Amino acid sequence: MLVVLAVACQSDEQVEFNRYYSGGSLIYQTHCENCHGEKGEGLQALIPPLTDSVYLKNNKTSLACYLKNGLKGKIIINGHPFEGEMPATDLTPLEIAKVLTYVTNSFGNKAGIINVQLVEADLGKCR
Amino acid sequence: MGLLVIVLLYSACKSNNQATLPILGNRQPVTKTVDGKTVTDTVYSTIPEFKFVNQYADTITGKSLDGKIYVADFFFTTCPSICPVMHRNMLNVYKEFKADDNFRIISHTIDPKYDTVPVLKKYADKMGISGNTWWLLHGTKDATYQIAKNYLVSVQEKNPQGEFIHDGYFILVDKQKRLRGTYDGTDPAQVTKLIADIKILKAEPDEAAAK
Repeated sequence: MLVVLAVACQSDEQVEFNRYYSGGSLIYQTHCENCHGEKGEGLQALIPPLTDSVYLKNNKTSLACYLKNGLKGKIIINGHPFEGEMPATDLTPLEIAKVLTYVTNSFGNKAGIINVQLVEADLGKCR
Repeated sequence: MGLLVIVLLYSACKSNNQATLPILGNRQPVTKTVDGKTVTDTVYSTIPEFKFVNQYADTITGKSLDGKIYVADFFFTTCPSICPVMHRNMLNVYKEFKADDNFRIISHTIDPKYDTVPVLKKYADKMGISGNTWWLLHGTKDATYQIAKNYLVSVQEKNPQGEFIHDGYFILVDKQKRLRGTYDGTDPAQVTKLIADIKILKAEPDEAAAK
């Protein structure tokens, strides 16, 4: 009964966020977890963790392009340099939006929803 | 001697708290005459002699592993799929046994063209592994693919998508270079079992283990 009430009280925004977040969790397991780890911890100095909220915030509009086209070259995460290569993916804009919502709201991050409209706009500006 | 082994194994089986590991691979009975008596012994398949180079450019042969328990796997440093999770799990094995000089981990690269000795050294540094517990081995493609068969591991050339195909098994080898277990290196639960099995193998008395 309480659960039903709680669900009923959720705002439309909250419902949409939950939909993105739970969908993103599954995409993360399939496409990201092998390298970045179950808790977004990365792997030593080889693969960066996904726990640097400041990096994620500063690069928020580039993240969709990184997932689509891959990422190469040196980056600084939590103060440590990483210079491997993340491969490109064939994720759709909606899948990218879901998995970004999951990552930027897990592992200590709390950035709110990144919806498909934002992702499509960002993808249009990939360099 | 064969009889002694059987007796020892039998007595090992009788005490329930003493676990033993199976011996994997092909085996064949060998009958020979010792002091006028006919003795039948079992010969197990073992890892044959080999020669590779580690991340320090040191030559590593079968002799380097004499009297040591070791774990072998196959990987390449640019592997985008299962290698990171395999080596995240292998790191737990490394941490558990790095103080033991009678234990080794050997990881063969299946991409010797890209994974040169300096590339392997850089990978080791980034993994945070040092010393001689975990060797990353470079050799010719032929030698590496050949020895993979002895570990019952499947590796292949690049497929049309440009990916190397290999399975993510960790192979446990005893001091006599016999296979004692295979574990899915991508599964943390199986790697926990590997760590437990290494401890069982370390506790195995040398008399019973010797042929």
